[in-house]
Amino acid sequence: MKQKVTAAVISQQEIAPGIFDMWIKTDLAAWAKPGQFLCVYPRDKSTLLPRPISICETDGEGKALRIVYRVAGKGTAEFSGYQAGDGIYILGNLGNGFPVEEAAGKKVFLIGGGIGVPPILQLAKALRENGSKQEEVQIIAGYRDRNLFLAQDFERYGSLYIATEDGSRGTRGNVMDAIAENGLTADVIFACGPMPMLRAVRRYAGEKAIPAYISLEEHMACGVGACLGCVVKTRDVDAHSHVNHARICTDGPVFEAQEVEI
Amino acid sequence: MRQGQETLTGNRDREEKALAKARKEEPMNTRITIAGVEFKNPVMTASGTFGSGMEYSEFVDLNRLGAVVTKGVANVPWSGNPTPRIAEVYGGMLNAIGLQNPGIDVFCSRDIPFLEQFDTRIIVNVCGKTVEDYVEVVERLGDYASVSMLEINVSCPNVKEGAIAFGQKADALYHITEEIKKHAKQPIIMKLSPNVTDITEMARAAEAAGADALSLINTITGMKIDIHRRTFALANKTGGLSGPAIKPIAVRMVYQTAQAVKIPIIGMGGIATAEDAIEFLLAGACAVSIGAMNFVNPYTTEEVVAGIEAYMDRYGVEDINDLIGAVK
Repeated sequence: MKQKVTAAVISQQEIAPGIFDMWIKTDLAAWAKPGQFLCVYPRDKSTLLPRPISICETDGEGKALRIVYRVAGKGTAEFSGYQAGDGIYILGNLGNGFPVEEAAGKKVFLIGGGIGVPPILQLAKALRENGSKQEEVQIIAGYRDRNLFLAQDFERYGSLYIATEDGSRGTRGNVMDAIAENGLTADVIFACGPMPMLRAVRRYAGEKAIPAYISLEEHMACGVGACLGCVVKTRDVDAHSHVNHARICTDGPVFEAQEVEI
Repeated sequence: MRQGQETLTGNRDREEKALAKARKEEPMNTRITIAGVEFKNPVMTASGTFGSGMEYSEFVDLNRLGAVVTKGVANVPWSGNPTPRIAEVYGGMLNAIGLQNPGIDVFCSRDIPFLEQFDTRIIVNVCGKTVEDYVEVVERLGDYASVSMLEINVSCPNVKEGAIAFGQKADALYHITEEIKKHAKQPIIMKLSPNVTDITEMARAAEAAGADALSLINTITGMKIDIHRRTFALANKTGGLSGPAIKPIAVRMVYQTAQAVKIPIIGMGGIATAEDAIEFLLAGACAVSIGAMNFVNPYTTEEVVAGIEAYMDRYGVEDINDLIGAVK
């Protein structure tokens, strides 16, 4: 059941310029699915709305979870100052998460771009726990530069391919360039990242006629499906809204790529 | 000595009263009445912030609320505006949802039966592009005895046709109120816009046309510009401002309106706590709605109910009606 709780920060460190890695002690970890997210609330009441942040991974014992986020404004700047022992207001677990079962016995692309990389970690773990072989899990991570946050965490779960915009590591360019350069193929795609990347993934999946599950992002207010702030255009009439809009916070954030118009 | 005895007796009386209260023999009264409809307490949800209660029923016991005021519903499904629909501003937020709703058919078959499971009043917010659209929805809702009141949205700033066009001119507001009143089986609440020069002129027009109650304020039209992308933060360019930033304006308008009309007022605008709610009651509102703060704290509505009871207990207020309009 969704809950808003005051949890305790276990640890926090800056793992790349402006990228923070925080472990939080909370029982929400016990039922967190890969691709789900938390709403994190600033203490500063001039910044009222929650910041949706994806769950990067859980501790495996259901007692703690990890978020890795970029400082983008006042709210996340505040979070980045939290120390071990500080309270943090979180609402979770939100959203549908990635359909892990769709990967069973298949060659998979796990594509993460920029601050979309973190949720791919728990997904990679879940796929391996669900029986995917190391060589079936192909992780393609796109970064701006040599600050390859989380890259070392991925190597345990699959084959890792890197793309950097400045060419300082791996393939120069984006994740699609890395796929082409390494001659990779897959039966199903899971992706999280900036909109241009997701559009490219959607196009690629359409051409190859393979399913792609993409995690979307939008400005949110309630986080629980009531305000209709964070919608995405859908191909078909949505079962809940009865118009061509689905709620990213509740019906998503993960959608099959061809079912949404992005 | 005599004086002392009186004091002791006085103390004992007070103690016994307090004990009786604790035993619920003499419970405080939180019930209020609007247009003949009794509510168990004055705490409601502001339209558009609470859906039809489904999503928030995971967090709050809807049975604890005076009423659930639903998201606006039209005669046919509305897609609403493009995204971004939400932007945060200092102490508040802007929204430009554009009244996305599934239409009255789905609302009647899904949302009303859901709300009927709870011991709370149902107030349905009605929107439309033409008078005929409103009337169609109002007539459909007439078949539902479980719907206690209708709130008529003539004040949404985010749709181009209808809605606010009826709420910013006194003669247009008079006309639509009169027309809806002819067709409505339930008492009607006209929801007023703060985006007018004089809200009391609008309030008087609605009252003269037969409105049973008023609710105010809807959001205040605002704008935010994203200086990094050099564009509007909202796809709709403008949006409605809500949240604590607007509370003083809302309290002032409720007070002014309460001085101008005799029909009951449901007050709203940035209510975050029971203290905020009590300000609105003292200003002349006989009920209050919680809006944007549901997004910040999903438990707000229930906390305001409990907080009002605690306030009444603390100040020995036996009947909440004694607070309504108590500040002149």
